[in-house]
Amino acid sequence: MTVRPVIGGIGSPGALQDALAGAQYLADDGLATAAYLSLALGKPLLLEGAPGVGKTEAAKALGAVLSRRVVRLQCYEGIDAAAALYEWNFPRQMLAIRQARDAHVNLYGDDFLLARPLLEVLRAPDDTLLLIDEIDRSDHEFEAFLLEFLSDFQISIPELGTIRAARPPVVALTSNRTRDLHEALRRRCVYHWIDYPDPALEAAIVMARASGVAEATAAAVVASVGLLRAEPLAKPPGVAETIEWAEAATLLNAQGAPWPNAFRRAIGVALKDQDDLVYIGPRLDALLPGEAA
Amino acid sequence: MTLPRATQPLVGFAGLLRRHGFAISPDQTIDFIAGVGLLGPRGIHDVRSAALALFSIPPERREAFDALFRAHFMGAALTPPATGDDGDEVAAHEGAGETTVEFDEGEDEAGEMATAAERLSRRDLALADDEAIGRFARLAKARLPRRRSYRRRASRKGDQPDIRRAIRAAARRDGELTTLPRRRRKTRQRRILLLIDVSASMRAESDAALRFAHQLVQSAERAEVFTLGTRLTRITSSLAPAGRAEALARAAALIADLDGGTRIGEALQAFLAVPRYAGFARGAAVVVISDGLERGDPAAMIDAVRRLSRASWTLDWLSPLAGAADFAPKTEALAAILPDLDRLAPGGGVNAIVDHMLELGAYR
Repeated sequence: MTVRPVIGGIGSPGALQDALAGAQYLADDGLATAAYLSLALGKPLLLEGAPGVGKTEAAKALGAVLSRRVVRLQCYEGIDAAAALYEWNFPRQMLAIRQARDAHVNLYGDDFLLARPLLEVLRAPDDTLLLIDEIDRSDHEFEAFLLEFLSDFQISIPELGTIRAARPPVVALTSNRTRDLHEALRRRCVYHWIDYPDPALEAAIVMARASGVAEATAAAVVASVGLLRAEPLAKPPGVAETIEWAEAATLLNAQGAPWPNAFRRAIGVALKDQDDLVYIGPRLDALLPGEAA
Repeated sequence: MTLPRATQPLVGFAGLLRRHGFAISPDQTIDFIAGVGLLGPRGIHDVRSAALALFSIPPERREAFDALFRAHFMGAALTPPATGDDGDEVAAHEGAGETTVEFDEGEDEAGEMATAAERLSRRDLALADDEAIGRFARLAKARLPRRRSYRRRASRKGDQPDIRRAIRAAARRDGELTTLPRRRRKTRQRRILLLIDVSASMRAESDAALRFAHQLVQSAERAEVFTLGTRLTRITSSLAPAGRAEALARAAALIADLDGGTRIGEALQAFLAVPRYAGFARGAAVVVISDGLERGDPAAMIDAVRRLSRASWTLDWLSPLAGAADFAPKTEALAAILPDLDRLAPGGGVNAIVDHMLELGAYR
């Protein structure tokens, strides 16, 4: 294990927190610490949390801070090797066979290899950040394969041999926790559970992310979203919904809708489930942000 | 190699966590020590952050973790966790390998076992039940749910051209392709996990469920069967003999809590606490046959069902009571777990169970 206390000029969780803030991502202490440790220890960062708390955004911001290109592998049920690792460029191989006629041609050279996210990262471990998104959606065979990949950082291609990363690449995994991840995978990662941010931080996030939202509006929306999250909803609003709600209501207000009404008309960006809307319906007025701005 | 003195409390903390049921690997301990060093540490807060991140503590165990952390580093008194050894714990039971029926535990118990075995194996089976079980045996292979495998295989009727083989064939024939090889996804049968409530309130129904369980173990490639009552019993291996009477007699000998009380929640908790068992639920079609009349703590049952639902592919609850037209889940526990269930369906009698199981593969 190689420990690198300073990575890309970042030598402490505090420095990383500041750098992330510079990339428009406001991280709390826990996230900054976990991310810093994952970088310093060269281990993958596993982010879990409810949908919409900014897991993917965190990984992207980390890429921006480290000036690395984010290579994203979106997981889904039934994801297979061809989508995750590599594929041969068959049309090109076919053409090469036809063109070569009697000459010798090597069909399994680098020219014919189409790199998919995992191979792409192995080939450029210093310039990329691998984001394995929504790992909980893949099936457990893929999870077991990832386990192997994340410990050795190598891929064997029968026709070409083994490709190994010179240095362990930076890897972030996200999970919505629709199912539990395998214990062995969690153990291999630095773990952080992203919670809904506290009201002050969330208001700051709204101000940083949304354009032209007044401070009072942001605070009111955050307070209201906090109340909504306490309700037993099928799909509680995430941070993204908070930002959009503030933005949408501000837009409607600018076009002449008075305040509480602007929030009510924009409720569709905060609550995106008919059952939730019906459930909240009768008490909506009490939960809406009050007079703002 | 001796450890530096300063790291001893850190190593000790890893050991403490391990003793309290957190799975901590030596690798994680090494990383934890390195992580604490990296962070300064400027204070006890840094040690906690490093432990949370590097021991991968999930949010629902954070409370237990914090208690241990305070006890270890800040000298707070350690209150035993609620699931301590109070003798009242639901334990997991499993026959060792080839289960042999032992009758050496006193006259009384042996008599009880014998009657239970008798009741299960010799009761006249209704003709309709046999017909339903036969139907399941015929259709199981085709109708049980299957999952797609990660790999593909060559197949004449595949949905995708097997270009890799095509290129190889073409290379042998100067670029001419005579037939297009195809390939398709391999499929495997999903594991079926059957959890049967054998408490007194299910007395009339558990026989049917166990007879079905025997056929399930016979017909399915991958199946696991457990009984829930005042304790948890794995009966999969005892159901392995092809003869139903023999298999059920073996199972009955193993189930010490037949027609006893109901503590489904705690039995499910016990199931999830054994890592090997909990692994059976992963990606499986889980079917619970129970009336959901919980005598124990409903919170335990709600929590267990939620965790079971997350680990499984589908989670179905078959209740004998659900057959009635005016059925609505009345008990607090059953109403609370509804959102976590994929289906709540009638489960009274072999016929209803077979009907449901044969439909498993067709939905979702």
